Amino acid sequence: MTQLLHAQLEISFDYTRSLGPTLGAFMTALADRRILGARASDGRVYAPPFEYDPVTAAPPAEFVEVGPGGTVVSWSWMPAPLDGQPLGRPFGWALIRLDGADTALLHAVDAGSAELMRTGMRVVPRWSERRGSGITDIACFVPAGTRDTVLADEGPAGEVAMLTTPIALSYDHTVSPGESSFLQALAQGRLIGQRCPACGKVYLPPRGACPVDGVPTETEIELPDTGIVTTFCVVNVPFTGQQVPVPYVAASILIDGADIAFQHLVLGCQPDEVRMGMRVAAVWKPREEWDTSMRNIEYFEPTGEPDAPYDSYAHHL
Amino acid sequence: MTDVAVIGFAQAPGERHSPATTNGVEMLVPIFGEIFKATGLTKDDIGFWCSGSSDYLAGRAFSFVSAVDAIGAFPPVMESHVEMDGAWALYEAWLKILTGEAEIALAYGFGKSSAGNLRRVLALQLDPYLVAPLWPDSVSIAALQARAGIDAGLWTEAEMAQVAARSQADARGNPKAVAARTGGGTGDPGGEVAELLSRPYVADPLRAHDCAPVTDGAAVVILASGGRARALCDRPAWITGFEHRTDSGSLGARDLTVSPSAASAGRAAGAARAQVAELHAPFTHQEIILRRAFELGDQVRINPSGGALGGNPMFAAGLARIGSAATEIMSGQADVALAHATSGPALQQNLVCLMEAVDPALTGRRLSAR
Repeated sequence: MTQLLHAQLEISFDYTRSLGPTLGAFMTALADRRILGARASDGRVYAPPFEYDPVTAAPPAEFVEVGPGGTVVSWSWMPAPLDGQPLGRPFGWALIRLDGADTALLHAVDAGSAELMRTGMRVVPRWSERRGSGITDIACFVPAGTRDTVLADEGPAGEVAMLTTPIALSYDHTVSPGESSFLQALAQGRLIGQRCPACGKVYLPPRGACPVDGVPTETEIELPDTGIVTTFCVVNVPFTGQQVPVPYVAASILIDGADIAFQHLVLGCQPDEVRMGMRVAAVWKPREEWDTSMRNIEYFEPTGEPDAPYDSYAHHL
Repeated sequence: MTDVAVIGFAQAPGERHSPATTNGVEMLVPIFGEIFKATGLTKDDIGFWCSGSSDYLAGRAFSFVSAVDAIGAFPPVMESHVEMDGAWALYEAWLKILTGEAEIALAYGFGKSSAGNLRRVLALQLDPYLVAPLWPDSVSIAALQARAGIDAGLWTEAEMAQVAARSQADARGNPKAVAARTGGGTGDPGGEVAELLSRPYVADPLRAHDCAPVTDGAAVVILASGGRARALCDRPAWITGFEHRTDSGSLGARDLTVSPSAASAGRAAGAARAQVAELHAPFTHQEIILRRAFELGDQVRINPSGGALGGNPMFAAGLARIGSAATEIMSGQADVALAHATSGPALQQNLVCLMEAVDPALTGRRLSAR
């Protein structure tokens, strides 16, 4: 079996969310270094505030300032903090019941050592210098009595109505055995597909299993780098990350001997000359630029051969 | 309304680091083959397919669509997906049979938990405004729950270690448990409670043996309507209760030491009648919470498979609990079996499935009679 290829995949997205009247009020208060709770229909004070009353489903009728001090009602210890967590050194996670509240807020406690954490301990917030960032306006909590730098009073921060939360995750992404063969062959300038043992269809790129029969497609087939355009579109719209100047043609290319088309570029002619059934051949990048990537084929260009008749590819559309 | 039974179950061997892709195809194709061979069915017999998986776990968009390759979905099939454990996919499949839209339905779940950092990935199921921006990881949140119960005198670290020791011993007898094949799993298979308690905390008060191992895997269960089940299976596992409930998403606003949603679902399904229970408890103290929620006495066998502590493939482990409990019925080991699945942080969402050996047609104990 070929060596399975794998690569680190980093994905990230900045989620931007509107806050609405309740979370907006809570986070506006946080920016002013105050903490709000909401009084529920049963008289209990929820901090952080609920958006809808857990019993009546009504929005909060009354906000109540709570804390800033509070009591730890449960805690755990994080000896090796993960990316994005509030502190880069070992810290405690805690559910903290702020003074005047009946529910608890989850946050970090910079206690220095697990031995100093205990249920019932008194904590106070350490405010972040950066304001308007929602719950992270509280950098963490610290044991009451900790000597912390007192931040200067900067006055009201203004309304906080939107919150942007950057999210980044990292994966070790593995390709299937068939995809590994395909990508390694590309690095040698070859195209490798796989044939389904049940229906005989040839997949390029290979898939883990034949989508028609649900069985692994293990027989490898070497294919040429010529084929036809089955269908195409002319891209006229510029977009972020675009690598080819508009207008250009994105086409479904059916390689000779394959049963499934893939998308690639058709260049080397005017966009209005491209047509269904047009014969094309791969244009490879210079050999020294090849890697295990479909990018080794820079684009497809017309060969000048007669077009394939419609009936020969109609069932591949 | 028809009766519905589980008539087949298969699961991929749990692995710490599977070479499979995150779309699950490589893990699913063999177990589809296995379940079809065991039941004598083919893909053409399946009237409805439903899967449970997550793109956050896979790190790619529409991974569940890629997974459909494993079905061989041509001609087109009736198919659905839930972004939850496959146990909830099975619930949807059960409804499809109850409503008469299918006679045989297949539910599957898959997850390559090792592709990313699972503790961080699971932080993204938390409140996106107030909690997720702090990236509280799944193990730390479970630790807050464990501490709350210890402080309240509801359980001890020693009782948690007893759950771990029993689960490890049972997992060693289950060839599909990751713990059986790595010789370890979360803790030392031979570990006595005192020895387990001498080990360091990973998230005080949780030690490694308190936490399910990060596991890659997949599971599949087939359901059939009454007439088809009787013809296809000698001893179908008749579903006589299938319920799911949820607790508040606000961790600080609910009592973490109990699971009202599990208790409510369990009462509705008749969980307390079970002789054996497969409980989806990824942390030792959660098994204790669930046993109390379901009012399971000491005579009830708990997790003969080794449970999630023996292998916890995300989005498949809950479905595997149902399959394992059904196997207790189908193999004649039990007459009434309970299965439970959980999703979300600190047992937030809970599903229970009660299965029985006695044909409901003979007893009248059927859902439609409720």
